[in-house]
Amino acid sequence: MTEIQLDPGIDREIDTSAMKVTDEVAIQITAMNKWYGSFHVLRDINMTVNRGERIVICGPSGSGKSTLIRCINRLEEHQAGQIIVDGTELTGDLKNIDKVRSEVGMVFQHFNLFPHLTILENCTLAPIWVRKVPKREAEETAMHFLEKVKIPEQALKYPGQLSGGQQQRVAIARSLCMKPRIMLFDEPTSALDPEMIKEVLDTMIALAEEGMTMLCVTHEMGFAQAVANRVIFMDQGQIVEQNKPREFFNNPQSDRTKLFLSQILGH
Amino acid sequence: MSDTHAQTVAFVRNEMIAPSDPPAREAGAVKWLRENLFSGVLNTFLTVVSLLIVWYALAAIGPWLLNSVWTAGSLAECRAILDGTSGACFSVITDRWHQLLFGFYPPQHYWRPVLALALLFAALAPVLFTALPRKLLLFTAIYPFVAYHLLWGGSVWFPVSVALGFVAGILAYLIVARVSTLIAVFAAILAPVFWWTFAAGAFDQTMSGILPLGLEFVRSDRFGGFLISLIIGISGISLSLPIGILLALGRQSDMVFLKSVCVVVIEFIRGVPLITLLFTASLLLNYFLPPGSAFDLILRVIIMVTLFASAYMAEVIRGGLAALPKGQYEAADALGLNYWKAQRLIIMPQALKISIPGIVNTFIGLFKDTTLVVFIGLLDPIGLSNAIRADTNWNGIYWELFIFIAALFFIFCFGMSRYSMYLERKLKTDHR
Repeated sequence: MTEIQLDPGIDREIDTSAMKVTDEVAIQITAMNKWYGSFHVLRDINMTVNRGERIVICGPSGSGKSTLIRCINRLEEHQAGQIIVDGTELTGDLKNIDKVRSEVGMVFQHFNLFPHLTILENCTLAPIWVRKVPKREAEETAMHFLEKVKIPEQALKYPGQLSGGQQQRVAIARSLCMKPRIMLFDEPTSALDPEMIKEVLDTMIALAEEGMTMLCVTHEMGFAQAVANRVIFMDQGQIVEQNKPREFFNNPQSDRTKLFLSQILGH
Repeated sequence: MSDTHAQTVAFVRNEMIAPSDPPAREAGAVKWLRENLFSGVLNTFLTVVSLLIVWYALAAIGPWLLNSVWTAGSLAECRAILDGTSGACFSVITDRWHQLLFGFYPPQHYWRPVLALALLFAALAPVLFTALPRKLLLFTAIYPFVAYHLLWGGSVWFPVSVALGFVAGILAYLIVARVSTLIAVFAAILAPVFWWTFAAGAFDQTMSGILPLGLEFVRSDRFGGFLISLIIGISGISLSLPIGILLALGRQSDMVFLKSVCVVVIEFIRGVPLITLLFTASLLLNYFLPPGSAFDLILRVIIMVTLFASAYMAEVIRGGLAALPKGQYEAADALGLNYWKAQRLIIMPQALKISIPGIVNTFIGLFKDTTLVVFIGLLDPIGLSNAIRADTNWNGIYWELFIFIAALFFIFCFGMSRYSMYLERKLKTDHR
């Protein structure tokens, strides 16, 4: 059987030298359950994410993958089990929630930039008001990350003047300005044209190359194969299968995974 | 596709077409007239009819306005000058000008309300125009106390002691906030209350004894005319916006008790006519207050008008909050902003921007509603027009007075409307 080779979506070699998984635990989820009313949306989720891991979560729509990563910064509340992020358990305690949120960056499907602020203000707002960084310093950091996502020249424009791909890269820069230790991506490329998907994936790969701990909900299987060290497949609110990308794509175990892969890869 | 390519489906453009000017008939005044006034039979008909109506109205009112008398001392004198021709008698305005503006305010003190109005513009400027230095807001903060002292007078130490209560609140907050924000909020509320109930009176008396400074006291029943409309209108406008914001946020809150209180307040106040609230202010409120604390009628009216406008304001702002996508709240949360910071930096700037037309609508409504105080015996411009007619000199004059009053109200309301349009343009950053 020939190995499946997927297109990572970028034109350069990926530098894996700094992609190191450590033994340090970044996120620990134990026996976590969540309901929307009477609908059991997440069922007995157990997973550990080590620092430096790059995890891709995939699955059909409605499988609970977005809900899972939204639980990690408590945009959604879980009703049973335990979520510990960087040693802080997520409970009703607002102080802990704010602490976790300032350590965990999140990128949304619809960017969610603040339309009344310029790109630069979008990036400096949280550092200034949450981290109490002086304005000058926050602006320097913001320009640094805007250069990194290759749009420093747009700093004084408003989000409405940028293309979707540019907006998503600003959203990534905005999260990075908080110097997070973990980044969550909730279908970051689903609302974009193919041309723009590429520029966003490029930014995400660059981030992975620096050793960032990343959890990505995405259907970009090329990205998963090139960057992830683990792929998690979810269905009906549960983790059905997880494996190294190579094993996952070439040798899926469960029937549900095989069906999903055959549909998404078109084989 | 040109006929050179008629046989083939494939098409390659060799030269790009440069943009050129539109044809002459698509530009200029001719185009505007044709498109907007004479685009069809119906439009042409409507244009002609409208022009006729405008002409008819001008022909009827124009001579009356142009032939107006400005110098007569009474209506009879005015009629003698007009000698049977049709003409307006605006002499009533020149004759009673001061009264319409200031009511029965002592004439030797007219400079005080005038100065208060001039300072009002200085206090409003940094709020309305963000390009001005932010330090000017300090003057805006002390303006209410300055204005109170200028208008009512009395000992200078009374407004100072009231202001010190607010200072005490801010200090208490800043000191306790290092320990806990929640306790700091309570401290910020309790400190001024303690100051006002226990210390403020003594402070006022002691300081007045040591250093008796102040202006001559003017009783509230001397106030009247546009002075009273402006006092009630501007106090109501500047207080109803913050109270409305808090009510709207309370109504959206997850805390059931807070939410129910806000809903009850909003629905109750919206559900009763303003005039009943004003009658409550003038007749009933004193029964509910501790004996001896009979306070000023103008102040009671301001409270009622403010409550009334706040309830409307809360609903207008709730509309703006509802229009914001959920993603804005989530992005603010995900960045670690707490509730108040998210509200202040992300949610409110956008929600208020969306609500500007509704907010200004409420402001304008409130300002015009101040004329209702005539029913509880305050002499606002409408009340004064009755008083002026009661004078035998001017018995029977209606139009001229009401035109003047309408014109003054129009200037203020139109100003607010224009400012809101300027603000909307300035805040338009979505480039849709």
